[in-house]
Amino acid sequence: MSFLNSLISGVSLGSIYAIIALGYTMVYGIAKMLNFAHGDVIMVGAYICFFAVSRFSLPPLVGVLLAVVVCTLLGMTIEKLAYAPLRAAPSLAVLITAIGVSYFLQNAALLLWTPNPKVFPNFFARKVTAPDGTVTDQTGMAFFDGALRVSYVTLVTILVCLAIMAVLTVFINSSKLGKAMRAVSEDKDAARLMGINVNTTISATFAIGSGLAAIAGVLLCSAYPTLVPTTGSMPGIKAFTAAVFGGIGSIPGALLGGLLLGVIEILAKAYISTQLSDAVVFGVLIVVLLVKPTGLLGKVVREKV
Amino acid sequence: MSELKKKRVATKMVPVQSRAIVPDRDADKSPILECHHLGIDFGGLTAVNDFNLMIGRSEIAGLIGPNGAGKTTVFNLLTKVYQPTRGTILLDGADTSKMSTEQINRAGIARTFQNIRLFNNLSVEDNVKLGLHNHIGYGMWGGVLRLPRYWKEEKHAHESAMELLKIFEMQDLAKAKAGSLPYGAQRRLEIVRALATNPSLLLLDEPAAGMNPSETAELMDNIVRIRDLFQIAIMLIEHDMNLVMGICEGICVLNFGQVIAKGTPDEIKSNPVVIEAYLGKKDKKKKKEAKTDG
Amino acid sequence: MNKLNLSKASRRSFMTYAVVIIAFIVLQSLAAAGAMSSMLKGLLVPICAYVVMAISLNLTVGILGELSLGHAGFMSVGAFMGVTTAVSLQNVVASKELRLIAALLVGALFAAVVGFLVGIPVLRLNGDYLAIVTLAFGEIIKSIFNNLYLGLDSHGLHVSLLNNTLNLDEGVKPIIGGPMGIGGIQKIANFATGFALIMVCLIIIFNLVNSRAGRAIMAIRDNRIAAESVGIPITKYKMMAFVTSAAMAGAAGALFALNFSTIVANKFDFNTSILVLVFVVLGGLGNMMGSIVAAAALTVLPEALRQFADFRMLVYAIVLILVMLIRNNPTIRTFTAQLRRGRKGGAKS
Repeated sequence: MSFLNSLISGVSLGSIYAIIALGYTMVYGIAKMLNFAHGDVIMVGAYICFFAVSRFSLPPLVGVLLAVVVCTLLGMTIEKLAYAPLRAAPSLAVLITAIGVSYFLQNAALLLWTPNPKVFPNFFARKVTAPDGTVTDQTGMAFFDGALRVSYVTLVTILVCLAIMAVLTVFINSSKLGKAMRAVSEDKDAARLMGINVNTTISATFAIGSGLAAIAGVLLCSAYPTLVPTTGSMPGIKAFTAAVFGGIGSIPGALLGGLLLGVIEILAKAYISTQLSDAVVFGVLIVVLLVKPTGLLGKVVREKV
Repeated sequence: MSELKKKRVATKMVPVQSRAIVPDRDADKSPILECHHLGIDFGGLTAVNDFNLMIGRSEIAGLIGPNGAGKTTVFNLLTKVYQPTRGTILLDGADTSKMSTEQINRAGIARTFQNIRLFNNLSVEDNVKLGLHNHIGYGMWGGVLRLPRYWKEEKHAHESAMELLKIFEMQDLAKAKAGSLPYGAQRRLEIVRALATNPSLLLLDEPAAGMNPSETAELMDNIVRIRDLFQIAIMLIEHDMNLVMGICEGICVLNFGQVIAKGTPDEIKSNPVVIEAYLGKKDKKKKKEAKTDG
Repeated sequence: MNKLNLSKASRRSFMTYAVVIIAFIVLQSLAAAGAMSSMLKGLLVPICAYVVMAISLNLTVGILGELSLGHAGFMSVGAFMGVTTAVSLQNVVASKELRLIAALLVGALFAAVVGFLVGIPVLRLNGDYLAIVTLAFGEIIKSIFNNLYLGLDSHGLHVSLLNNTLNLDEGVKPIIGGPMGIGGIQKIANFATGFALIMVCLIIIFNLVNSRAGRAIMAIRDNRIAAESVGIPITKYKMMAFVTSAAMAGAAGALFALNFSTIVANKFDFNTSILVLVFVVLGGLGNMMGSIVAAAALTVLPEALRQFADFRMLVYAIVLILVMLIRNNPTIRTFTAQLRRGRKGGAKS
């Protein structure tokens, strides 16, 4: 039963990785850049939601929406100011700029919100009145006489992730903008010649990725409630790894990579060693890339000779 | 036109085996290259199938065919950029099936590329020295510690590189960056670099692409001169029929990955299958299209 | 003189040597004259270590053309193994200098071995996939050192992973104590050795680049398929560059660690790898002089920005972004290109 417990928390953590990985993978697919600041957008999203709910007592849903709006705007602004001018620059220059943006966001957060950890509220607790009249927070459901416990956060995370995947897949495959995105990721110049506004498309991609990052931030902090300015970095790196794991540029790959990474991480923590769980995760990544050098669902691109 | 060309025209073609065209001066020697039933599939698509060829030791052979016929794929198979799905390649009688691209080069096949592949950030001289790489006799530590060997071998390499560059009168460009050269010079440098590896078979992938008629004429002379000087076999892919018919001794015609004809230039010119598949549409072929050829 | 000596590459390398030597003499005399702030004095050895990190990473990124995001991992190996060597030799070798040199060599050796082992899988990959695997290895090395216990007693070396089960003799403390790292290090690193290390690394890199092997490495960077087609064994030369780069990072790590009293594995994390990458990119790919200047300047900058107190890292981030934007601005690029062409003058036309 403890295995099932681990598996479920793994899937939940993996769902968060998957949502973050989407941002990496979409931006990589379209702009061919590693947006290192993505992890920090998550952190900003979590802070916005935290302040909206805890300080301004807004309803959680409004807090989440506010975080999504702010992060979407933030993502578009970053793209416009820092990345768009570098569209013709070498990819390493863009990478370093992204690192600069990441430093900027972290340090701005440090100044604005201090390094003191914030305790993120649990939105998914139910007030339960016991027969004797005492009111307690119920945070999850128990099965098999409490042997299997599933928190509401876990449940919501998994459902939200699946919903996002479904909506995004339909969007990418059927909507006009989605088709434009696929066209731009295939060949920017050809897309431009077909009358697609490449800049708008890239901007929209950043907007979507950053909006998703806000949701991921809220879910991440609901599950792991300590919020500090560096909250986003490690999940950011792991989600990026997940994107590569699944095959960077591929949306189903992000889902698969994220879920696998989360499950491996939690199982490694439970059965191998807490301290070495990261080493296990990265070790599995290396093995996968050696067997499938373009990730699990990545396209094999044959270089034309 | 040079004397060389007159001599060339006088060369009589004698097929040594059925379906093989080897100049009579090479007839008593074993062929440098033999391909038997060579083929490759990409996914479900057969790009080249049942490709058989024999090239003499000092032959200039042509590989022609419409765009997308699989000519470059044949070169990629010969140099192991792609591993053949079927068939065998014998280089100087030795099976090459276990060899990698790099080993193929050391075994004696050098090539140029349709879309020029130079070491753009390195000097012209360094490009040629890279061709000489396996003929320079010192290792990493010899270089790092600047042992006497380093000075001796580098001096020797420098001299050899300049010698090779003289073939195309490029010695004055030795210090220039390869990427900054004009198109024609880049094509020539690629040939020099390939020659520097001391091949017994030189593969030229559209050497005249993008050249004007006078440059092409010069190139024709140079290709023949290289063959006479180094006594090597040369196989070339080319869309310029003047070049192919002018200097090739044996020609192989490829269409849809299949050999449709083999023979001397005269035989090819009068072959109805070839005319239908290829020469009949000749006037529609613009050189520019060559770039998009697979 | 030999004609080879006059080439542009050689001129540039001699310029770099000269600048490094002059900088060393100036800084050393300033320090001797007491005209140097204690802040800068304390930074001299870290600057040397970061300079070596930057030029060694430049060998991988600029010369070989492969992005590595785990360079700090090799620094970590060098730091831990170097300090272990220095501590082990404490009662055997009296001379501080000899201990330091031994530490640098052992650090370099271990990093080279790890570099080789990491290189076997890593160098089979290309581009971003190679980058992410180097990142993964950096993190794995960090995790291992965070959980490594190592001690020395009368029975020799004891090693254990995860738990301190070294069973050392009574009263003997472990050298590496897991997440606590190494404490009580004798600070035997000095600026002169740091300078010597930079010079040795520069000589190795420049001599390598201007030799048969270096040409092969750059050929792989410029065009892998063409390099294969002229008979260059790709893996061998990739490995050569990668291992050389790792060894130098190891020596830098040992030097860096022996300048502090304690060292923990978390010091050499992903952020350190990125920091060094920033030096390399800002200094210019393949440009050793640029790497040196960028590493030195950006190591001093955060300290020099102390007056901005809390804002210093924010300013650092903004400076970084602006430099990248300005350097890659098309108008400015054309302008500098024209300047350069103008300087060469009629020689070309």
